Amino acid sequence: MNKLTIAPSPHVHSGDSVRRNMFGVAIALVPALATSLWFFGLDALAVILTSVVACVAVEYLIQKFVLKVPTTISDGSAIVTGLILAFNLPPALPLWIVVVGAVFAIGVCKMTFGGLGQNIVNPAIGGRVFLLMSFPAQMTTWTVPGVDATTGATPLGLMKEGLKSGKSVSEIIGLPETSDLFFGGIGGSLGEVSALAILIGLAFLLIARIITWHIPVAVLGSMAALQGVFYVASPESFASPLFTLLTGGAMLGAVFMATDYVTSPMSGKGMVIYGCGIGVLTVLIRDFGAYPEGMSFAILLMNLVTPLINRFCKPKRFGEIAK
Amino acid sequence: MKTFKIGGIHPNDMKLSAGSTIREMAVPAEVKIPVSQHIGAPAQAVVAVGDTVKVGQLIAQATGFVSANIHSSVSGKVKKIEEFVDANGYKKMGIIIATEGDEWLESIDRTDAIRREVTMEPAEIIKRIQEMGIVGMGGATFPAHVKLSVPPGKKCETLIINAVECEPYLTSDHRLMLEHGEEVLIGVKILMHALGVAKAYVGIENNKPDAIDNLKRLAASFEGIEVVPLKLRYPQGGEKQLIDAITGRQVPSGKLPIDVGAVVQNVGTVFAIYEAVQKNKPLIERIVCVTGKPLREPSNFMVRIGTPVTALIDAAGGMPEDCGKVIGGGPMMGRPFTRLDVPVVKGTSGITLMSIEDSKRREASNCIRCAKCVNVCPMGLEPYLMSTLAKLGRYDDLREAHVMDCIECGCCIFTCPSNRPILDYVRAGKAKVGAQLRAEAAAHKAAAEAAKAKEAEGK
Repeated sequence: MNKLTIAPSPHVHSGDSVRRNMFGVAIALVPALATSLWFFGLDALAVILTSVVACVAVEYLIQKFVLKVPTTISDGSAIVTGLILAFNLPPALPLWIVVVGAVFAIGVCKMTFGGLGQNIVNPAIGGRVFLLMSFPAQMTTWTVPGVDATTGATPLGLMKEGLKSGKSVSEIIGLPETSDLFFGGIGGSLGEVSALAILIGLAFLLIARIITWHIPVAVLGSMAALQGVFYVASPESFASPLFTLLTGGAMLGAVFMATDYVTSPMSGKGMVIYGCGIGVLTVLIRDFGAYPEGMSFAILLMNLVTPLINRFCKPKRFGEIAK
Repeated sequence: MKTFKIGGIHPNDMKLSAGSTIREMAVPAEVKIPVSQHIGAPAQAVVAVGDTVKVGQLIAQATGFVSANIHSSVSGKVKKIEEFVDANGYKKMGIIIATEGDEWLESIDRTDAIRREVTMEPAEIIKRIQEMGIVGMGGATFPAHVKLSVPPGKKCETLIINAVECEPYLTSDHRLMLEHGEEVLIGVKILMHALGVAKAYVGIENNKPDAIDNLKRLAASFEGIEVVPLKLRYPQGGEKQLIDAITGRQVPSGKLPIDVGAVVQNVGTVFAIYEAVQKNKPLIERIVCVTGKPLREPSNFMVRIGTPVTALIDAAGGMPEDCGKVIGGGPMMGRPFTRLDVPVVKGTSGITLMSIEDSKRREASNCIRCAKCVNVCPMGLEPYLMSTLAKLGRYDDLREAHVMDCIECGCCIFTCPSNRPILDYVRAGKAKVGAQLRAEAAAHKAAAEAAKAKEAEGK
């Protein structure tokens, strides 16, 4: 007879794995990937491939030669970081800059803290913000999709410039139609061209139970609410809530970046607070800050608050007596 | 459909033996009957080597209130009274009896007739249950009379029968409800009478529609018994979860079901109570589900206590080649047998065989903080945090994290994408914190007594 295994219960497992979740996120990114390829063509493909290959390679090389530990690239997390980093970059970015971003994202933001699960900030956002600080010109050269791709400002950039120069919202020329914002075809980072593509991804993430509703709803809800207040108070000096939700990294950030497991809170209540923090900070940066877009900064800041949120937001215990 | 409010999972229920009628196992040539098959003090042997015993005869007497009588499950001669290693690898005192014939005590009603009339007074019923050595048959083996003796100042309002059988694979309760539904309901009536309650609920998960239908049909002729279908969800059979599912009340942390006016008994226990009260039969046999993917004939058996586990596996098609683990109970909370030359005891609800492949745990990787363990925890705890605190030896923080509320249901490990042994650490930490709490309680008590003594001296 065989030797019998002795182990504490439970003796069955759901079959869920890190890989299943990471590849699930990658699948959810496919609609956004497809729209970026449709609108930006080979430029987008080059940036995405470079970013993914560089992220995976950096993780592999660091684990193999610096840390000398078994590699974990097969868990798919570096691929997801690569995809999300690429989605945060302008399509015409020189590829060597993409590689620099990947090195910072994986090398500095992830591996120095101990690899997957240990990082304090979202690696892709860390990479993007590093590039934005280091290469401001290249990072804000946007291609507007079309037959003859031209460079131009993003809708948020147009809005910011217009308002700064003293124009009212209705006087700003060149703002895209809401339908374009929704279906795609606006200037911006690879992953922000179509809100619809991101929402399809969100539906998949929710159905596959990879994420819960808390963070996306809190981020988008709080953004719409605060911007709504400003807009109602002064419609000529603030963009509408709908414009706010459909432009920049709002959708991409709320669905794919703020929901990063590692850097977001553990309880539902905590997730809502964290999401609202991101939404409020984003609106404040967009409306009153120096940058036209604030999603990355907002997520980065709230990543840092996550341990504190975890400390104070506990799940509701069974049989808990209200104090 | 009703269910509990916090957490929970949907494991594949794998009820392989649901269609297999309960078969009577042959009386073994020898039985090993441990004197401790329950929570509480071990019973004390009242027979000596060489004594002749009958089926149903008392062979070990309970020592104290939280303890249970042990009766012989066969007739024959007491061969040895000695320590042997039990299923968990611990040495346990037990009585070994060599079978001769099958001679039962005259006082036991062995007919097939169903005795419907309940004639005993509540106190008599509880006394009878205590005499007959009835313990919780779901696996916890808590003496049944203790739960039925409602402490002064508390009041039982609701009786809840746990017929959930939420463990994957296990089907003994399911078969019992199909084949002995009426006896079960008479048992419920007995308990209602004993507790003085007008209302009883039988909670059954909706993966057993035939059992729900059968009991509903039969319950029509019983007053005050309601069959409650429950949405399939593990761990619904957890006492606190079941009370929540049925009454909507949550037993507070550190309290007992009676604190919200509920008494919960397992459906198997209720059947044993029926037999004890109406037929004067002690707990000497039970239904055991022998199951598992590699097994040829997953079956349900009526087995005499003390029958070797190997005999059951043989009767279910023999030990398969591809067996890597034999679990006492189901795969979520059962404990693997460390050896198979051990007897079936009062708490053996099932024997589950796992294939070699299924017996392995997958390799653990870093926690990705996905919060899935938090979401599935039916007690609303933070398993990821508790396992880390336990690993670091931060027992004070662990206590603050309410580790003692953990019911060890295993949902956290089941759901963890990184295959982390969360509950292993939590269990270890819980043991430490539990010891701390007991030491503090003892010190507190000693201090109070010292103060009292001093005061007496002063006078």
